[in-house]
Amino acid sequence: MKCIYLDNAATTRVVPEVMEAMAPYFTEYYGNPSSVYSFAGKIKDDMEQARATVAGILGAKPEEIYFTGGGSESDNWALKATAEAYANKGKHIITSKIEHHAILHTCEWLEKYGFEVTYVNVDENGRILLDELEAAIRPDTILISVMAANNEIGTIQPLKEIGEIAKKHNVFFHTDAVQAFAHIPLNVDEMHIDMLSASGHKINGPKGIGIMYIRKGIKIGSFIHGGAQERRRRAGTHNVPGIIGMAKAAQIADEKMEERMAYECKLRDHLIERVLAEIPYSRLNGDRTDRLPNNANFCFRFIEGESMLIKLDQKGICGSSGSACTSGSLDPSHVLLAIGLPHEIAHGSLRLTLSQETTMEDIDYTVDELKKIIEQLRSMSPLYEDFVKKQGK
Amino acid sequence: MYSEKVMDHFNNPRNVGEIKDASGVGTVGNAKCGDIMRMYLDIDDNGIIQDCKFKTFGCGAAVATSSMATELVKGKTVQEALQVTNKAVMEALDGLPPVKVHCSLLAEEAIHAALWDYAEKHHIKIEGLEKPVNDISEKEEGIEEEY
Repeated sequence: MKCIYLDNAATTRVVPEVMEAMAPYFTEYYGNPSSVYSFAGKIKDDMEQARATVAGILGAKPEEIYFTGGGSESDNWALKATAEAYANKGKHIITSKIEHHAILHTCEWLEKYGFEVTYVNVDENGRILLDELEAAIRPDTILISVMAANNEIGTIQPLKEIGEIAKKHNVFFHTDAVQAFAHIPLNVDEMHIDMLSASGHKINGPKGIGIMYIRKGIKIGSFIHGGAQERRRRAGTHNVPGIIGMAKAAQIADEKMEERMAYECKLRDHLIERVLAEIPYSRLNGDRTDRLPNNANFCFRFIEGESMLIKLDQKGICGSSGSACTSGSLDPSHVLLAIGLPHEIAHGSLRLTLSQETTMEDIDYTVDELKKIIEQLRSMSPLYEDFVKKQGK
Repeated sequence: MYSEKVMDHFNNPRNVGEIKDASGVGTVGNAKCGDIMRMYLDIDDNGIIQDCKFKTFGCGAAVATSSMATELVKGKTVQEALQVTNKAVMEALDGLPPVKVHCSLLAEEAIHAALWDYAEKHHIKIEGLEKPVNDISEKEEGIEEEY
């Protein structure tokens, strides 16, 4: 059976050009770039070229890019190191209610060490409430951390406006851009971004590599202690193949961004239109237009997400859900609850995230199968039975 | 993550549906937590369960445990049905992942809720039967909040 992979927000396929670019750094140029001999020199040069490539995409300077072990590490670093370095100025941090757990759980950890965190609400489409954000700023606020685009519902945040608010009040602005980097245009100067996290494996690059952008002048310390790598700010032998692979993937993604965005938006809009038109009692979660080109997220009433995922899997379709049952806890997705959905509806969510390799046939097949699955699950749902009886009254 | 038996009962659930004028109907669970089971029993004058059907809103394990529970009580006396525990349901399914054990408890409670309804309708007392904690049969009107 064909595998239709519609979970590209979870991770992506490493494309052949990236594999080819990485391969020599495993077997041929395997030296440690921190070494003195000339064998390591070329490797160091290539690594610096990779840094410059990534910097260019963000409108940053190469020396403002630090390679890390991935998006979660970058998020942890940004929050914990800012908290540590600026605790004298204040112990208040502002974030949103729909951040990734790499941010939310780090905030909870900081709260245990005396920091205060304000979790700003979002509107029904998942856009942060800018008034509430600005009103939350206090004299002791040191950092605002708001994601560039949401991993579940795909809503893109008004980064420029957030950056302007942060700048106006002299507070640092960090953004978790793991879902957005090289997917949509980002510019650290135009958007007044002070720190930014991104990951390699969401852009057809390898896993286990990420970056953190830190604006020059921000005096945060190390998070991983050890050797003097990354200008003494991130210890550990460089993951050279990962660095080369991430830069190559970012370069390809950046060069083809416009074309890919147009293609993915066309597929995404077709998917959304068909689902909403052909499946009753369905709704789209997230903003209709300010949304990642590859993201579609729906709720289907009267059914539960995990059952839907298993049945889709049996038809060769890989999707994901914010249902509690897929996470092992009893609460459904915090993002769906934050946009105001009741628990029982949030349980019936489905996220489908496309790639440049997804085809229109894939989309049509998925909708056709989804329709049958939802009908079948509703036919055995007591909630649907009650709803139909109520309608008939 | 699921055993073959669980997958079989999820893919081909036994006894899905409703029973008109059932002897007893019970609904248990909590839509907030993502699981609701409704069990219908048709019990004859000798106290034997002639038919059993179910409807479930929930994950793969919730569907499979309800399906297995209907199989286990069919043809049994009321007293025998009361002995069908969550453990029996789990064993019959070759086990469940730890996070899904609550589904089998819900299946046991669904049987009890349906038996409770039967006892109330027929003004009898079933020895050893208590009203299940998660019985929401009377609150059905409010199960689905509008949004």
